[in-house]
Amino acid sequence: MNAFSNTAAVAPGIPYTSDERGLLPPAAKPRRTGTRRRLTLGRSIPFGALIGPALLLVVWSVGSIAGVIDPRTLPAPWSVVETAIDLIAEGKLQDHLQTSAWRAAQGLVFGVLIGTTLALISGLSRLGEAIIDGPVQIKRAIPTLALIPLLMLWFGIGEGMKVTTIALAVLIPIYIQTHSSLRSIDSRYVELARTLRMGYGEFIRHVILPGALPGFFLGLRFAVTYAWLSLVVVEQVNATSGIGYMIDLARNYGQTDIIIVGLVVYALLGLVCDGIVRFFQERSLSWRRTLAD
Amino acid sequence: MASHLGGLNGAPVVRVDSLVRRFGPRTILDGLSLDIEKGEFVALLGRSGSGKSTLLRALADLDDKVSGSGRLETPDKKSVVFQDARLLPWKRVLENVVLGLERPDAAERGRVALEEVGLSGRENAWPVELSGGEQQRVALARSLVRDPELLLADEPFGSLDALTRLRMHDLLRQLCARHQPAVLLVTHDVDEAVTLADRVLVLDHGAIAADIVIDVPTPREHGDRRFGEIRSKLLRHLGVETSVLPV
Repeated sequence: MNAFSNTAAVAPGIPYTSDERGLLPPAAKPRRTGTRRRLTLGRSIPFGALIGPALLLVVWSVGSIAGVIDPRTLPAPWSVVETAIDLIAEGKLQDHLQTSAWRAAQGLVFGVLIGTTLALISGLSRLGEAIIDGPVQIKRAIPTLALIPLLMLWFGIGEGMKVTTIALAVLIPIYIQTHSSLRSIDSRYVELARTLRMGYGEFIRHVILPGALPGFFLGLRFAVTYAWLSLVVVEQVNATSGIGYMIDLARNYGQTDIIIVGLVVYALLGLVCDGIVRFFQERSLSWRRTLAD
Repeated sequence: MASHLGGLNGAPVVRVDSLVRRFGPRTILDGLSLDIEKGEFVALLGRSGSGKSTLLRALADLDDKVSGSGRLETPDKKSVVFQDARLLPWKRVLENVVLGLERPDAAERGRVALEEVGLSGRENAWPVELSGGEQQRVALARSLVRDPELLLADEPFGSLDALTRLRMHDLLRQLCARHQPAVLLVTHDVDEAVTLADRVLVLDHGAIAADIVIDVPTPREHGDRRFGEIRSKLLRHLGVETSVLPV
């Protein structure tokens, strides 16, 4: 456009002099869209989550074949698989897994229930907050693992101690995230509830609980990870069964392959649980539109 | 408060007498008095900070943390339409409309209300899936499904584009003609006020500076001479000097 008006000023009456053939007006520059960075994430890659782990596996395999990785440090993937098959054939892996999963599940259920209840009481009343929030923050500052000696004295070395340790670790993220999500519910919705003359029960049901749900799910994802994390520790500190015990025993005999099997099982459990939580999270929060959509 | 005296001829639905509202040292409403008749459509104009929203919030019982005095009578059945549609994002459209409505036929009434605002078929949509105008229509349905005797609207079309706004004016006029609530519409759009209202108030320094009955027959055309005169008069009260636009 600029070129056009310039030339027109120089040679009035001959509008298209800027074009060599005198046929076309100067074309606008084509817009460069290819190199421009989009602000959305683009289409999601199918099975994208598997690419990173698959790469790791390739590096591990190649390293083992090439002899770069000493089998005493890290046995080859196939020998780990063989060990796993042996352990399953003997029925050991299933037994240990069952024990571990049961412990984690109990700890998780108690922790989530207690954490949610505390978050609601503390989130919905000033008195509740005054009583509950302080102790929870103190508990949060103490590493759960540091509590184990005390818990052992209180609960012995049985299942009670293990489940309690896991529940104590789990309730923290549930409490923190649910409480913060609940407290950050927009005051405009509170105002709306007042103009609609909602009762307190309705207000909790329609505004508070759904409003706190995103925080609860975020807390739950942390909680699941924490549950497995604490499980590892309690099983290695004092246990006679469970995946952690299996790993600890293998350490005594220098059986690296069994240790790896145990670690892989932990990883799979963690991922599967996270996947389950995410599945429910997406279903329950389908009203949201976020960057990920 | 909140005792409705309707039934008698022309008994006002809203009675405000010497209302004072203060925020700290600032007096926002300074001895304001106002009556709104049954079914009357009142628009409230005023510059920013003139106390429009404070008055509306007082009428909506949303100002319990504000200090002040005065007498205030409003009906129990009243609804508020806010500037934002204020739909709960985690409730589907129909659930938003019947929110807090405790009656066995709530869902049915909700559907009828949605049909009235032209949104039948969108009952199960999420609020984020609607346009701004559609969201505000859901908010209107949510207000009307409660059969209000008083509809309080705080710049309800303020965030809509000009075309949507005109369509919403038509819709609001139709709905008010059918349901006959008394309306207090807070706005800073003079044309909107003159187009829709039976009576326009101008609020200035916490008191009513002008109270003008709009005697232009409906439907009102912006080009109408009387429309232009009222418009200029209102603008003068708002501190804007204009000449009457030539027709």
